[in-house]
Amino acid sequence: MSKRIGMEIAMAAAEAVALCRPDVIAAYPITPNTHIPEHLADIVADGDLDCEYIAVESEHSALSACTGASAAGARVFTATSSQGLLYMYEIVPVVPSMRLPVIMCLGNRAISGPINIWNDHSDYMCVRDLGWISMFASNGQETIDMCIQAFKIGEHADVMLPVLVNLDGFQLTHVVEAMMMPDQEEVDKFLPPRKPFAALHPDNVVSMGTLGLPDIYNEAKKANDEALINSKKVILEIWKEWETMFGRKYEPIMSYKANDADVLMLTMGSMGETAQVAIDELRKEGFKAGLLDLKLYRPFPADELKKAVKGCKNLIVIDRAVMSGGAAAPVCAEVKSVLYDEPDRPVITNDIIGLGGRDVRVEDFIKIFKKAAKAKPERAYEIYGVRG
Amino acid sequence: MIEVRWHGRGGQGAVTSVELLALTAIGEGKYAQGFPSFGPERRGAPVAAFNRIDDHHIKVRSQIYNPDVVVVLDESLIGMVNVADGLKPEGVLIVNTAKTAKEIAEITKFKGKIATVDGSSIAWKELGVPITNTTMLGAVIKCTNAVKIESVKDPVDHRFGRIANKNMAAMKRAYDEVKFN
Amino acid sequence: MTEKKWPETWQDTNPGLMIFKPGSSRSYLTGGWRAQKPIWDNTKCIKCGVCYLFCPEACITEDAEGFFMADLNYCKGCGICYHECWPRAIKMVED
Repeated sequence: MSKRIGMEIAMAAAEAVALCRPDVIAAYPITPNTHIPEHLADIVADGDLDCEYIAVESEHSALSACTGASAAGARVFTATSSQGLLYMYEIVPVVPSMRLPVIMCLGNRAISGPINIWNDHSDYMCVRDLGWISMFASNGQETIDMCIQAFKIGEHADVMLPVLVNLDGFQLTHVVEAMMMPDQEEVDKFLPPRKPFAALHPDNVVSMGTLGLPDIYNEAKKANDEALINSKKVILEIWKEWETMFGRKYEPIMSYKANDADVLMLTMGSMGETAQVAIDELRKEGFKAGLLDLKLYRPFPADELKKAVKGCKNLIVIDRAVMSGGAAAPVCAEVKSVLYDEPDRPVITNDIIGLGGRDVRVEDFIKIFKKAAKAKPERAYEIYGVRG
Repeated sequence: MIEVRWHGRGGQGAVTSVELLALTAIGEGKYAQGFPSFGPERRGAPVAAFNRIDDHHIKVRSQIYNPDVVVVLDESLIGMVNVADGLKPEGVLIVNTAKTAKEIAEITKFKGKIATVDGSSIAWKELGVPITNTTMLGAVIKCTNAVKIESVKDPVDHRFGRIANKNMAAMKRAYDEVKFN
Repeated sequence: MTEKKWPETWQDTNPGLMIFKPGSSRSYLTGGWRAQKPIWDNTKCIKCGVCYLFCPEACITEDAEGFFMADLNYCKGCGICYHECWPRAIKMVED
């Protein structure tokens, strides 16, 4: 039976990962994901989890160790943030190309510089195109759930890909709140032991991470891209199974009061619920406002997005990262690309909010909403609340 | 929804206070958030920490700008930090001090309800250390009725183990001794 | 796991380009790249094995008496063994 608990979300993520019985954890704690690997190290040291915890000297080694262990057939986990992710960057695209289901929690944090330890999505945006399935949690419950789902999705025979569970640094990692924590029996029932497609073993020799010359690289890339695109089918199946088992529904794009909305906002991560409160306020004022919350960023849910915006006149895309010198902020650029061919696409505006830990308040969403309703801005995107 | 802002110094346990209050409320079947002012921890620096308590799942994840309750763990912060900033007029300011509520009202210019308790003396007597976080939790519970004082026992036991009883004793004294203007 | 033939299409590739047949690089004979080959003068050879250690192809082997020779199926004739052999027991000759 699941138990209602109060706990810091990072620690709860660690407990959820421990319930998945990982064989190997290699991590180098960095703010703000620190408590995830620290608490897992406690759980292993206390003898509550039979797992090899490798205290590595860097993130590059953390993901390298995870890659090796996963290739040997182990169930593996790591966690990082910001500069740590950049330090392991070299290995990040290797993992999906080797089709290894490494699971990683990314405690989203701004990247330097200026040096900043607070939350935004700029770390994730560096790795979004490298082949990992990517989900964004908007509260503690979703963090726990996605951590457990991630193993089942990534290890599925039709997927075999790494999964990134994004949780906003501080805004989620450091908050104590109430969650339903599944018990060991439930997780064991949901998540069987990993059955690797192939594993490094002297009795059954296999070469992994092979060279791809120009005559095969194209085909290898295409195969990986197809695997990522096709993983959505499995993700949806597993989310359905989760809903049946635990009663909590997951969709690539969750909507809130969106059915009859003229104006929709689209957010990702912990902003989602704060934005819901803004939608409630706007509804009270008579605006037909609604919210789309992007839970699955890779593979990008293009069909779901097209369906979700049908009938709405304005779409306000809220980004939490800058795509420097780009055509729009990252989420919006993709949204626009998806909707380009739609005959009655909405007018799309793009605001960047909450960079480097700038607080995101209910009234900020209301202001953005009212501004977008007035006139189309001159620039393709704006950094909301910037002074000057 | 009740929103609480705690003021303390790094190392005085403001974060522990918000954890205990959140866990207590959650233990009672309520919903709660407890979180620090996000950032690096520096011993001695003025810090804030926050609680939200409600009967429903809490969606807002911003910091708290208009609290119902402000708790000051360290009197020396008054004057250094505008502790009453944004505090609702009908809210309450709870201060660890040997001064009277009237004196605190003069210094802080807060015209609403003020509660005072000499938490430092209580903590010295009951715990032997000048750490007032659990002590002041007693005063907060008395002033807000956000949770029942008995409900704190489980989280305090879990957190403090052998010294849980001393913390509970300090908390109960502050609960009984807190004075209002 | 059965090995697929050389993949023509992306659908034919093994996941992650894994290779299930060990030692497949042995079937790739690089000896044909060679212009010169090393020969050993065993009267000068002191059996130090420095040629064996330095050979980038790892194609030098030791015989029962402790002398060395190159497997010409793989030796590319790079001359590193010749360069490293300090008793000057190795000569590079036209192949």
